[in-house]
Amino acid sequence: MATLVIEKLSKNFGPIEVLRDIDLELASGEMLVIVGASGCGKSTLLRLVAGLEEPTRGRIILDGRDVTPLDPSVRDIAMVFQNYALYPHMSVFDNMAYGLRIRGLAKPEIQRRVQEAATLLGLEPLLARKPRQLSGGQRQRVAMGRAIVREPKLFLFDEPLSNLDAKLRVSMRAEIRRLQRRLGVTSLYVTHDQVEAMTLGDRLLVMHRGVPVQLATPMEVFDRPADAYVAGFIGTPAMNLLDATLTAGGTAARLAGGALLPFADGRRPGEEGKNIIVGIRPEHVRIEAGGMPLAIDLVEPLGSETVLLGRLADETMLSVKVHGAWAGGERTEIVIPSASLHVFEGKSGLRLDPAR
Amino acid sequence: MRRTGNWLAHTVLILGALLFVLPIWLAFCAATLDPAAIDRGELSLIPRLGHLGSFWGVLAHGGPGVPPVWRMLVVSFGMALAIAVGKIVISILSAFAVVFFRFPLRRAAFWAIFVTLMLPVEVRIIPTYAVMGDLHMIDTFPGLAVPLIASATATLLFRQTFAAIPDELVEAARMDGAGPLRFLKDILIPVSAANLAALFVILFVYGWNQYLWPLVVATSPSLDTIVIGIVKMIGIDTSTEWNKVMATAVIALIPPVVVVVSMQRWFVRGLTEGEK
Repeated sequence: MATLVIEKLSKNFGPIEVLRDIDLELASGEMLVIVGASGCGKSTLLRLVAGLEEPTRGRIILDGRDVTPLDPSVRDIAMVFQNYALYPHMSVFDNMAYGLRIRGLAKPEIQRRVQEAATLLGLEPLLARKPRQLSGGQRQRVAMGRAIVREPKLFLFDEPLSNLDAKLRVSMRAEIRRLQRRLGVTSLYVTHDQVEAMTLGDRLLVMHRGVPVQLATPMEVFDRPADAYVAGFIGTPAMNLLDATLTAGGTAARLAGGALLPFADGRRPGEEGKNIIVGIRPEHVRIEAGGMPLAIDLVEPLGSETVLLGRLADETMLSVKVHGAWAGGERTEIVIPSASLHVFEGKSGLRLDPAR
Repeated sequence: MRRTGNWLAHTVLILGALLFVLPIWLAFCAATLDPAAIDRGELSLIPRLGHLGSFWGVLAHGGPGVPPVWRMLVVSFGMALAIAVGKIVISILSAFAVVFFRFPLRRAAFWAIFVTLMLPVEVRIIPTYAVMGDLHMIDTFPGLAVPLIASATATLLFRQTFAAIPDELVEAARMDGAGPLRFLKDILIPVSAANLAALFVILFVYGWNQYLWPLVVATSPSLDTIVIGIVKMIGIDTSTEWNKVMATAVIALIPPVVVVVSMQRWFVRGLTEGEK
């Protein structure tokens, strides 16, 4: 149990700035998921915390101790890697015990810890096997076991599920969550998969181009995305983002095609004609006679729901999620309910809340 | 169709095997013949099994002008082993440095090693002899092996093997608290065991077959290697006892064959088990 504080952490690779001024605070036992597209700096952030890279500026404080200048081995941090990074010539037992042996733990203590972790992860029958004799999911468990036996202050997960097939990923995801709750170890988890991020994290840190864009609980990120990037990144299918302008008085948005969308929750600041982006999640768009005409290009049945990809009259792309199968034809009419609208500034992409 | 293909392949393989075995068989048979018979050119493909004593004879007593064959075998074995082990130790360390450490002139160091590929012993024999002379290593056992130990080939091979090791494995070891030497001993060497075994075989045979350098550097009979011994037995003025030469040649084949066959099991297993 330990807290993690990151202060003004920055990293440059030569002239390229990968991370800028990251500030972060993790409560004891919290699981924070760092999510973003590839190249957003999320892995670099994790590697800085691990000590595998040196920060250009800033400090990392673990459990009240500044670990920034320390070697990775003495930071009391364990890491689970994307491709497991198991030692191929060692048995499962030795893989887990190796770090403990180097630290000079007594044999019975090593035996006890490995045994305990193996029981926890269901690895007992596999202790004598070599990694190559294990399935992907089992290897991933061994990698977690290796982190658990260390009894570290902090777990780091670097996309640990991306090498697994879809079904296994779902069950391992639940297993990681249960395990982390049970052990109560503060954790940083990096992923590019927004479903993983939503389901695993106590809080999410969404990163974009080396800068943190939003730090909040998963539902808050989903309900009130901080900017248009987050809005488009979290949620499947992605939120529709439509170019629009503000009407006089800031009471409504006028879409490029001319349609008027009034704001239900209040006026937005800004003069008439200001460029804005309105966001509407596909599941909030309603099919309703008398609405805007939508030409449907593609129907994607997902079983319990169907995604329609279509174009508005002015060729703006719009996706709609409907329940069940789609029986309608190639044209339909839709309504965008004003209560479900997200409004963002056109230039900066930042969320535009009603003026008080 | 498949059957015919199989037969064809087998025929080619059997012919190939015969082609390679024939000279060895001939040497074996010649070892059992009379010296005079060979001089007359009467080679036979049927060994005289009653005359296998010539093998024992050379092994225990040697031939004209050379020490007993067992002594030369020991010298050859020692030299080949020293060369193989020496080359492997040095090239593992240099490849380790070049791949895993960032130091000034790293590239320059690598290229300097690379360039020595173009300078085998035969090319630098006179300067090497001079250096050995200054080090007082002429006509000594270390003098036989040391100049042959520096090796670019093995360094390059290990460099490739090490470079193929995933970064995450290196990082996992770092997080586990393994220092550089520990990483080398616990992870790197076991992981590259297959390459190590293969390289050992190749280098042992290379060392065993050395001729020119031992000929130049060692003059005392106690340092005669088996290869040198065979050549010495072929007299220029005196008549050559060919049966003894052939017996020695056949005996000289055995140790490298044993090394290859016994290590083969290791490196084949290493290769099939190897997982990246």
